Formats: sequence, structure tokens, C-alpha cells
Amino acid sequence: MNRSIIISSVLHAALIFITAMSLPFLAKKPLDIPPIVSVELIQIAEKTNIPFAPKAKKIIEKVKEKEKKLVSEQAPPKKVKKTKTKTVVSVDKNEKIDNKTPEAIPLPEKTVKKIETKKESKQNPDKLDEEVKQVSEFEKKELVDLDNIAKLIDKAKEDTAKVIKKNNDITQDQDNKIVTSGLTLSEEDALKAQIFGCWSIPLGLPYNEDLLVRIKLMLEPDGSVAKTEILDHARMNKPGQGFYKVLAESALRAVKLCQPLRVPTTGYERWKELQLNFDAREMLEG
Amino acid sequence: MKKNFIILFFIVLIPINAFALIEVDITRGNLNPLPLAVSPLSIDDKSKKSFEKILKQENIGSEISTIVENNLRTSGLFNPLSKEAFLQAPDIANLKPRFEDWNLIKAQALITGKVTYVEEKLRVEFRLWDVLAAKEMMALAFTTVPNNWRRVGHIISDKVYERLTGEKGYFDTRIIYVAEEGPKTQRKKRLAIMDQDGANNKFLTLGNELVLTPRFNPTSQMVTYLSYFKNLPRVYLLDIETGTQEVVGDFPGMTFAPRFSPDGKKIIMSFAKDGKSDIYTMDLENRLVERITNHPSIDTSPSYSPNGKFIAFNSDRSGYQQIYIMKNDGSDVKRISFGNGIYGTPVWSPRGDLIAFTKLHKGKFYIGVMRTDGKGERLLTENYYQEAPSWSPNGRVLIFYRETKTNAKGEGFSAKLWSIDLTGYNERLVETETDASDPSWSSLLSN
Repeated sequence: MNRSIIISSVLHAALIFITAMSLPFLAKKPLDIPPIVSVELIQIAEKTNIPFAPKAKKIIEKVKEKEKKLVSEQAPPKKVKKTKTKTVVSVDKNEKIDNKTPEAIPLPEKTVKKIETKKESKQNPDKLDEEVKQVSEFEKKELVDLDNIAKLIDKAKEDTAKVIKKNNDITQDQDNKIVTSGLTLSEEDALKAQIFGCWSIPLGLPYNEDLLVRIKLMLEPDGSVAKTEILDHARMNKPGQGFYKVLAESALRAVKLCQPLRVPTTGYERWKELQLNFDAREMLEG
Repeated sequence: MKKNFIILFFIVLIPINAFALIEVDITRGNLNPLPLAVSPLSIDDKSKKSFEKILKQENIGSEISTIVENNLRTSGLFNPLSKEAFLQAPDIANLKPRFEDWNLIKAQALITGKVTYVEEKLRVEFRLWDVLAAKEMMALAFTTVPNNWRRVGHIISDKVYERLTGEKGYFDTRIIYVAEEGPKTQRKKRLAIMDQDGANNKFLTLGNELVLTPRFNPTSQMVTYLSYFKNLPRVYLLDIETGTQEVVGDFPGMTFAPRFSPDGKKIIMSFAKDGKSDIYTMDLENRLVERITNHPSIDTSPSYSPNGKFIAFNSDRSGYQQIYIMKNDGSDVKRISFGNGIYGTPVWSPRGDLIAFTKLHKGKFYIGVMRTDGKGERLLTENYYQEAPSWSPNGRVLIFYRETKTNAKGEGFSAKLWSIDLTGYNERLVETETDASDPSWSSLLSN
């Protein structure tokens, strides 16, 4: 009797010991995992207004001076046109930065003024260009060519242009008709193809939401963009419209990247304002 | 009178026509990754020396920027440009960058910043710039203990990702998986956890018992998994922060495929008994078990929709294994997969719009996604054997495992983790120390 009790208790003890050892939750080892430490997040965008590095400022000034020199040195007619528009754009950018950080970037006023005056003087041929629209391409080129040499000749040309304009009333009527019909198919295709290449679609956007960004552009005659305006601008900063903002920003980047836009060589009046409708749904649904 | 009207009509109409704005619809773009520049974070000499002592890292600023760069590159949505092309040094770029320089190397966005050692803490400031618009898009500062530096890199990546894509990132996350070692017939399987990029790998169990299907709680750092006890699978809960484990409860028969509900308060799983298998839930607070399906077929692999109202599962009630959805009380069962082949392991996307699955057709395994009504099926990747997809917390990327074929001698077997994004183009091997299977992606650690 006693013997069987002993055997039984020994076996029971052994059983308890084995189960205790083999139970996974008892055999656990303290885990050695790096704890999740909190990270403080502070918005610093509004508090700070960082200036240019002293080095960078100097370099920028140098670059500007170089640009200035370039502008005054140019001789061939086509280059005049290109550099001219570039300086205009850079002045615009400077102004934007100036508005935001008036104290932070002590840009020498003189340089800005100088560039501005240059811009004004360059605008004369621009105006001429528009007024002499009806003159043939050949003559137009000649005009630009002469513009750097003497203003007197310009004036004479201007007068003749006015006369030609008066005589060409019929062609102006035709122009009006083109205005109503917009861009031709090939013109539109050229522009589309160019922007397709520049637009990196944000792939994270949902395909099933109403995301259409309409941007109005004011264009220069050479296709560079003078002004962009998002037509539903109010939607940009509304809460819960994060995707819309991302799409709008990507569209703006595409327009900036594509400058100058491939616009038709003639008929500036009809396309100086353009509306681009960016719609990514087709691509995202894929 | 009529004449006047006609004249008036023309006067009103003509100017409108003349000023009609030309509209051009842009419906296509390129799907190339966005080129961006990650300038190394600048660091002053004093801070550099302090960090060298504490972290044994030569230049913590460039290490953090490398993490950001790698994260953004693996996402497939960004193309970080080579640092050799940069014209501006980190210390200058950290102030107001000269956008023309960055424009020149075709960067559309720029990340700059600086690292300092303040009161024994790591302070990181970073800024995201829109190069083409020449403006700041975001500026943030983080303070944390120096050892946390890798996470700072991940958090920066998430913030940049969110700002540029409009959806939350997935870089400050971890992946739990089953680490496998040894020959195929005698595998040692341990639970392991690592950062999403493969760093900080740790083993959580010893490998005495077989572990299967670890799944993260979507709301906390809790994991549920299966482990064999007396040849019967049991459901365990493991709290990663404290290291405590517990058995959820004893159930009659075999339990399979436990998974958390979206609020983290329930576990949904299947029990097999008498040759059939049904879906049950268990409330973790009061341990009450509720039966959801009651059908003579095999119902398994349940997964909740993110709003908790529906459940996707697979069942062979139609003869072959297919994917079904039902309401969370088990009513309104609808079959959604109708393609050729066998469908399994449905997982509802955290975004709610898609269901990922494994498909077996003509001896090949596919990982694919379909919309919740079963339409728009897309197969993302095809291979000899692969299964168990798990979503990144933002619903853009899937991680799964893939096994290779053994040769005639039974050699050459391996199991590895792979990730693929929804486009199907960006497939990557996720490096692990050992062979790996059954991955599960955590939610974002910082929220």
C-alpha cells in the first residue's frame, strides 16, 4: 500500500516537474528589445526664418552679376530673346523671396532695380512684337535684330507696322475665327505630349476619388509661364484634402519643369491664357 | 424689334467667344519615381565627437540621411540622386538652399537638416524643399535619446513620404516573422522581430516549440501567434514591450489563423472539429467565444475589414476554396472570387479598398489583390511557392514569403521574405539573418 503511494507521488512529482519545464509561457526568457522611446515633434517652420548662409549669399550675388553681364553682352538676335525671358523669370523669383523674407535676405536693392530697368527696356520690343503680329515671320526676326542697334529704326518700323495692320483688317477677322476654335489638334497634341513627360504622377493617390486639378496659366509669347493659378485654390488647404494638395503641387511642378511650353508659333492672343486640367484617375486605375 | 434682338444676341455672344479659355486635359503622366536629393544632415564638430563616443558612428548626420535615402528608394516612388552630383555642402544647404544648384541636377525636392547634441539628447532638425517652386514645404525638429537615431531616420522618411504622396508612410514600423533554420524535415522555428528595413533583428522565442502565423495587433505592440503544445496548436498572446506571454484559452479541436480585430479587442480564428472548420471570435477582455459561421464546409483564414463591419474568409463550400465576405455577425455571406484556380489567405487592406490573397492556378502561386466586391483582380507576382501576404500600415506594400524548390537530393530549399507594392513593379527581397516565413507588418510606432 505504502509503496504504491510513494511510487504514485514520485510519478506525480515528476509529471508536474516535466509540465512546468515544458510549458512555453513558463520557460520564457526576458526579452531584450529596444524600448519604444517617445520622440518629441516640434513644428519649426513658422518660428524660424532662416537666412542664406553667408557664403551662399556671396555666390548668389556673383552669379547675378554674371547674368547681368551676359544680358548686356549678347549680340545675336535669337539669344536676345531667350536671355531676356530668363532675366524676367529670375526677377520674379527674387521678388517672391523678397516678399516672404524681407529682412532675411538683404539683397542689394541696386541690382534689383537695375534688372527691373532692363526689363522695362526689353519690354519695348515685346510690345512691338505684338503690334507687328501681322508682319511676316521674316520681317519680325529682322525687327528683333534691329532692336539692339537703334531705337529710331524701331520707331520707323512701328509706324509702317501700324499702316500694315490697318490694311490687314481681313486677316484680323480670320484670326478672330481661330480664337473661337482654340488650339488645333496637332498643337494640342504637341503640348499634351510635352506635359505628359514632365508630370510625375504621385502614385499613392486613391483612384476612386474625385481628383481633378484645374490650373490657369498666363503665358509669355515664347511659351514660358508668367503666372499660374489653381482654380479651386480654396480646396488646397482644407483639412482632409491632402490628396488634392499633393496632386495640385505635382501639377505645378510639371508646368514649371516643362517651361517653356511648346506653344504654337503664331496667334499669341488666343493662347496667352490656357487652362490645364490634370486628371490622374485613368493612370491610377491602370 | 426682331432685328434689335438679333443684334443684341450677337453683341452678347461674340465677346464670350473671343475670350473663351482654351482648356487642355492632361490625363497621362510618367510613372517614374520622383527625383529628389537627400543632403547629408550637417553636424558641428562638438556634437560629432559626442555622438562618436556614444554611438560608435563616425558621422551620425550622414548615417541618418542614408536611412532616409534607402527608405525612399525602396518605396519605388522616389529616386534619391547620387550625392556625388550635389553642388552644395551640407552646412550651406542646411540654411536656405540655392535652388538653381539643385534644379541643375534635376532634383524636384530636397531634404536638408542638421544634428546637434543638446543636453545629452539627439536633436534633429530637417526641412523639405520644393526645388521648382523654390519654397519650403515642411520643417520639423525631433528630440530623443541618441540610441534612437535609426528611428529618427524612419520618422523623417515617413514625414517626407506623407507630404509628397498624400498618404501616411510605413517606415517607422517593425515586422514580426518566423525565423527558420535547419534541414526542411527538421526545421527549428523561432519568432523574430526586426525593423522594417531589416535592422535590429531579435529572436523572441527559443525554438523549443513550433511557432506559426504571428500577427500584429493593429492598435498596439501586441502579437498573437500559434504554438504547438502536445501536438495541438494553441493561440498565444505576446506583449512585445513587456515580454509577457499568455495562452488565450483552450479550445476544443484545432485552432488556426488567429488575427486581431481592427480595434485590437478581439481575436478572430478558425477551429477545426469533426472534419469541418468554422470561424469564431474571442473577446480578449471577458474571454467570451462567439461562433460566426456554421457550415459543413471548411471556413478558415478570417480577416476583418478596417471598419470592423465585414469579415473576409475562405471556404470550400462551392467545391473549391474561394474567398467570401460576410457581415461581422456571420450573415449575408457572399462569394467574391470567381477566377480560375484556388484562392486563399484573404487579407483586408488597412485602407479598406482592396483584399490581398494567394492564388494557386496550374501549379503556380500568385499574390494578388482584388476590390472588395471581387472585381478588378490583379495578380502582382507569380512563383513556384509563395503565400501569406501582409499589408504595410498604409495599404501600399505587401510583404509575403517565398520558398524555393529543392533539388532531387532535397537540397537548395530556402524561404525568404519579399515585398511588392501595388504597382507590381517594385519587388524586393527583404534581407533576414536566417530563412524566414509568415511575416506580419506592425502599425506605425509613432502616431
